[in-house]
Amino acid sequence: MPYLSYLRAINRALGDEMERDPAVFLMGEDVREALTNTTIGLLKRFGPERIIETPLSEQGFTDFATGAALAGLRPIVEYQIPFLLLLVFEQIANQANKVSLMSGGQARVPVTYLLPAAGWRPAWGAQHSDQPYPMFGHFGVKTVLPATPVDAYGLLVTAIRDDDPVVVFAPIAAHKVQENVVFADLAPVPLGVGRVHREGADVTVVAVGHCVHDALAVAQDMAEEISVEVFDPRTLYPFDWDGLAASLEKTGRLVVMDDSNRFCGLAAEVLATAAEEMRLVAPPRRVTRPDSAVLGCVPELDLPLQPDRGQLAVAIKEVLKGAR
Amino acid sequence: MDEQAGAAEQAGAAGQPESLQEDLYRTIALIRRFEERSIELVRSGDIVSGIHPCIGQEAVAAGIGAALRRDDVMMANHRGHGHLLAKGTDPGRLFAEMMGRATGIAHGRGGSFHPSDLSVNVYGSTGTVGHGAPMAAGVAWALARSGTDRIAISIFGDGAVNQGALLESFNLASLWQVPAVFVCENNLYATTLPVQDAVAGSITGRAEAFGIPAASHDGMDPEVVLEATAGAVARARSGGGPSFLEFKTYRYEGHHTFELTAGLHYRDPEEVAQWRSRDPLELAGSRIPADRRKQIDEEVEIVIDTASRFALDSPRLDPAEGLDYLYSSGLRLRSGVSGG
Repeated sequence: MPYLSYLRAINRALGDEMERDPAVFLMGEDVREALTNTTIGLLKRFGPERIIETPLSEQGFTDFATGAALAGLRPIVEYQIPFLLLLVFEQIANQANKVSLMSGGQARVPVTYLLPAAGWRPAWGAQHSDQPYPMFGHFGVKTVLPATPVDAYGLLVTAIRDDDPVVVFAPIAAHKVQENVVFADLAPVPLGVGRVHREGADVTVVAVGHCVHDALAVAQDMAEEISVEVFDPRTLYPFDWDGLAASLEKTGRLVVMDDSNRFCGLAAEVLATAAEEMRLVAPPRRVTRPDSAVLGCVPELDLPLQPDRGQLAVAIKEVLKGAR
Repeated sequence: MDEQAGAAEQAGAAGQPESLQEDLYRTIALIRRFEERSIELVRSGDIVSGIHPCIGQEAVAAGIGAALRRDDVMMANHRGHGHLLAKGTDPGRLFAEMMGRATGIAHGRGGSFHPSDLSVNVYGSTGTVGHGAPMAAGVAWALARSGTDRIAISIFGDGAVNQGALLESFNLASLWQVPAVFVCENNLYATTLPVQDAVAGSITGRAEAFGIPAASHDGMDPEVVLEATAGAVARARSGGGPSFLEFKTYRYEGHHTFELTAGLHYRDPEEVAQWRSRDPLELAGSRIPADRRKQIDEEVEIVIDTASRFALDSPRLDPAEGLDYLYSSGLRLRSGVSGG
């Protein structure tokens, strides 16, 4: 079976959807040269009318995409760097995502916002290192964070076909992941449906994005002493609460591993909801970034600020000790 | 309905076709009386939001409305009632929208500030000043791609011309030669800020810097507005790219009806009086026979009475529907109460 890499999966999803639906087009910076590797071959295949090179005008072209969507197209907008999503937060959260509401259902904005390089990159500095995904869920923007190439393909396809704005985060740390696949088996993955990557009985680890692979490695390492279930929500918003509840019904213990900031982060919401509504027999734990930003310039400083396998293993042991 | 349908048709002007002047007067009168009635409905508490009245600026909306086809797309703004009415929106459903009634164009979810009416191709009214311009550029680009000769128009105020996203959209629109018309209604104030304290250089110079043909016109004369807009629309329709029009106009009322009680002093009453002496309602009225004017006034009064009655008699919204329409896909959300 052929290998599919993470970015190739994104590239394949883009190509397949553009082939399938002439309303789909992509715009962004340096997309002709495929700087992020997502658009390799697409300019040649679909031409400059559908692979749109933009000037450095993120706010302008994000609103522009909203307009094109209002007129019936299905834009994909690519941003190279996470902080650009802060620049266009207004355009996504306050404009595009409110059109359905403000029009009373008359209009729809099927735009996909693609962030192929989310998260920390060694020594690229404070402005290239963020994981701003919880912000979008907070404002009700559909958000996905695929962990594997197959899920990256399936979630991106679904995002493009969805009638609402969807933000797709592709974590840099997951780019190295490859999978053996049968291309014909690649299929859309529904939004809001999580995936149990590994079944277990003692503790549920909710992990998102590249953290899924860390969680699987830790689960394997601890397999002789602890049975760890790894649950990947895949979609951050809307979250698969039923999937989480089913897992906790079995394990009753919860650790969340999340590469976003701690304060009002994704892990905070998962813990709060689990504490209120689900079966927990011990206090849950979080393994996240600190409250605030990762510094970005010096790997020795930055690495301990990001959730890692050692921290997760400690948290799993602690949650197993605890009881209510 | 045919593609030229507009306020004249709304008014039920059956019988002999109206002259252009009569049509423009009817639209101006309709907007004027709509806004005056709206202010009464604000005072009575039926319109809770208050409104951003466009009284004084009606000639711009009327002229633009007459220059557009029904299938052309408009992005309006927070002072947008006149734009929608000139595009052909039903006044009763607009009143209902502003009152938060079930029969509103957007079931009350757009309100006075963010109305849209897809049935007449008004795609929205953004509250973030100036952001309708990049959206209109995107609409225009998409329309051109689809091979139609429809165009998109964005209407914004002088406050918008210092917004980055708007200036970015001028660049994109010119670069890609999209069939868009950008219209600045310069009413001299961004809320309380006078234009001379806000705009370095000139308003038209902003568009010219991006290679967009730009001109400034009298916005109190609907025929001037119509002629200028028709030229820009024809240019866009024929593949000639975007244009920019500045219309100098004035709002007689405050930025928002909160000024009825706020006691602000940013405008000289003499300045207001001076602009009132060039009232577009009087200017347009003076160009048609007195008996026709009287007849149109009576017809408009009936339209406004019928429309406001329709809205006042319309059902209120069910509080259980507060999360409706948030997603086109019908996604339902958790409530704000645990276990709810």
